[in-house]
Amino acid sequence: MLDHSVSKDGLDILCPMHAVLDRNGVVRHVGPTVEKLAQDDPIVGKVFCNAFDLIRPGGVTSVDQLLSYTGRSLQLRLRDRHQTRLKAVVVPYDDGALINMSFGFALVDAVGHYALTSADFAATDLTIEMLYLVEAKSAAMDESRALNSRLQGAKIAAEEQAFTDTLTGLKNRRALDHVMARLIAMGEAFSCMHVDLDYFKSINDTLGHAAGDHVLQVVAQVLVAETRAPDTIARVGGDEFVILVHEMDDPDTLSGIARRIIDKLEEPIPFEGHHCRISGSAGTSRSTSYEAPEADTLLHHADVALYASKNAGRGRHTLFTDALLKLDLTQPIGERGAAHPDAIFTEF
Amino acid sequence: MHGLINRAIQCFLRDTYGDDVWDKIMQQADLGYSSFESMLIYEESVTFRVLDLAADALRKSSDDLLEDLGTYLVSHDNVEALRRLLRFGGVDFVEFLHSLNDLPDRARLAVPDLFLPDLTLEEPGEGDFRLRCAAHYPGFGHVMVGVIRAMADDYGALAFTDYVGADAEDEVISIMLLQEDFAAGRSFELAQKVG
Repeated sequence: MLDHSVSKDGLDILCPMHAVLDRNGVVRHVGPTVEKLAQDDPIVGKVFCNAFDLIRPGGVTSVDQLLSYTGRSLQLRLRDRHQTRLKAVVVPYDDGALINMSFGFALVDAVGHYALTSADFAATDLTIEMLYLVEAKSAAMDESRALNSRLQGAKIAAEEQAFTDTLTGLKNRRALDHVMARLIAMGEAFSCMHVDLDYFKSINDTLGHAAGDHVLQVVAQVLVAETRAPDTIARVGGDEFVILVHEMDDPDTLSGIARRIIDKLEEPIPFEGHHCRISGSAGTSRSTSYEAPEADTLLHHADVALYASKNAGRGRHTLFTDALLKLDLTQPIGERGAAHPDAIFTEF
Repeated sequence: MHGLINRAIQCFLRDTYGDDVWDKIMQQADLGYSSFESMLIYEESVTFRVLDLAADALRKSSDDLLEDLGTYLVSHDNVEALRRLLRFGGVDFVEFLHSLNDLPDRARLAVPDLFLPDLTLEEPGEGDFRLRCAAHYPGFGHVMVGVIRAMADDYGALAFTDYVGADAEDEVISIMLLQEDFAAGRSFELAQKVG
C-alpha cells in the first residue's frame, strides 16, 4: 500500500501557513510563515483560540466541532497588533486537526506589516502574481488618471473658448443665453442693454476689415471699462452687443451707464493715421418689468427700445416701456415716422 | 504603438538629455504635439521617426540609443515602478531571465492593449542563455540588452550580455552568467513603500 502521508518538512514547503492542532486544540507545529507572523509571541504550545479569533463559524469550542467544518472556508483573525484577517481550511490530521491559512484580501497590508518575501509563500502560491497585478494596475490607473485630468483641462479650455468671442474676448451669444437662463432661474433682478454701433459699416467699407476689427476691440474695451466686473458683456452680432447689468433696475443708473458708454464710443478711434468715428444706440429692458421674465422677451424688448433710439436720431438710449410696442418700428431706420411721444425716450 | 512605449522614450530622452533636446526633437518630428500620452495609441511610424531624430540629434547610433533606453527603464528613479514590476519576475537573476518568457503576457495583464514582442529564453548550457526577441519592432532586442544588463546589476549578478544578431524572425541576445551572487544588488521588498 502506498504511504500517502506527507512529512512535516514537506508540509512546511507545500503549506508554509499551516498549523497542526492536537485533540485538545493545542498548537503543536506551525509552518515557517505562521512562525514569522508571530515572531514576538510564538504560537506553538498555545491553545489555537488564544492565538486566533475564529470569526466564522462562530461558537466553536472543541476540535471535534471544528472538524465538522472540514473542507469549508473559515475566517480567522490573528490576535496581534495588526489583527490580520486570514482565510483558512481545516482537515483531520493525526489525532487532531490541520489548518491551512492564507491572507485573502489582507495580503497587501500583511506583506508590509510582516516584511514577507517570495520565500514565505509556496512556489505555486499566486501571491507574487497578485502583488504584481496590484502594482501594475495601480501604475496603469495613475497613468489613466493623469490623462483624464489633462483631458479635463483641455475640455474646460475648449468650453471657455466656445463661450468667448475670439475677436473681442467678450462672451458670445451662447454664453449670453447661458447666463440669462441662470439669472432668470435664480430670480435675480437684472437689466438687458442692447448696444448697436452707429456708422460702423462705413468704417468697414472705407478702411477695411482690419480697421473694423480694431474698432470692435476698442469698443469691447469701452464696454468692459464702463461696466462692473459681475456684468456680462456679449458680442451677439457683427456690431451688436448685449450687456446684462446684474442686480440693477434703476432707470437713472441704467441711463447713466448707457450715456457714459455712448460718450466713450463717440471719441475718435485712431487707426493707421485715420480717426475712426462711430457712435452707438442702446435700448434696455429690465427683468423686474415682468412677473415671469423670459430671455427671449427681454432680448426682444431691448431690441425694440434700441430701434426707438435709432429712430430718434442715434447716439441715444431708450428704456423699454409697453408704449413702444404700439409704435410702428418695423420700417427701416430713417423711414419711420418721427411722431413719437418724447416722453418715452430717456432724457440724458 | 502603445503610448506607454512612446512615453517611456520621451521620459528617457527628457530625463537623460533635458527638456531642450526633447522639445527640439518633437519640433523636428512636426507631429502637431510636443508630448506623448501614455494611454493613447500612436502610429508605429511616429515612434520610429522620433527615435531616428533622437539618434541624429545626439549623434549616437540607434542601437546604442535603444540600449541606453533599456538601461534607463530599469535604473532611473523616475521609472522605479517598472523596475519593481520586473523584479516581481523572480527572486534571483536566473528566475528573472526565465520570467521573460511571460513578459508580454504580464504586460497585457496590466494594460490589455499593450503589445510587446514575444520573448523566448533558451539555455544551451549551464549559465549560458540565449534570448530570442520576435523581430516585430526592429531594435527591440537592443532595448532588451540594456534591460538585462541593468537587471543583472539590480540582482547583483555578474553576467555578460551581448547582441548576437538578427535573422528574419528574431533578434538574438546572449547572456553568460558568471556569478549569480557577485554583489549585493539593490533591495526589493514585496511591500511597496508608501509616499
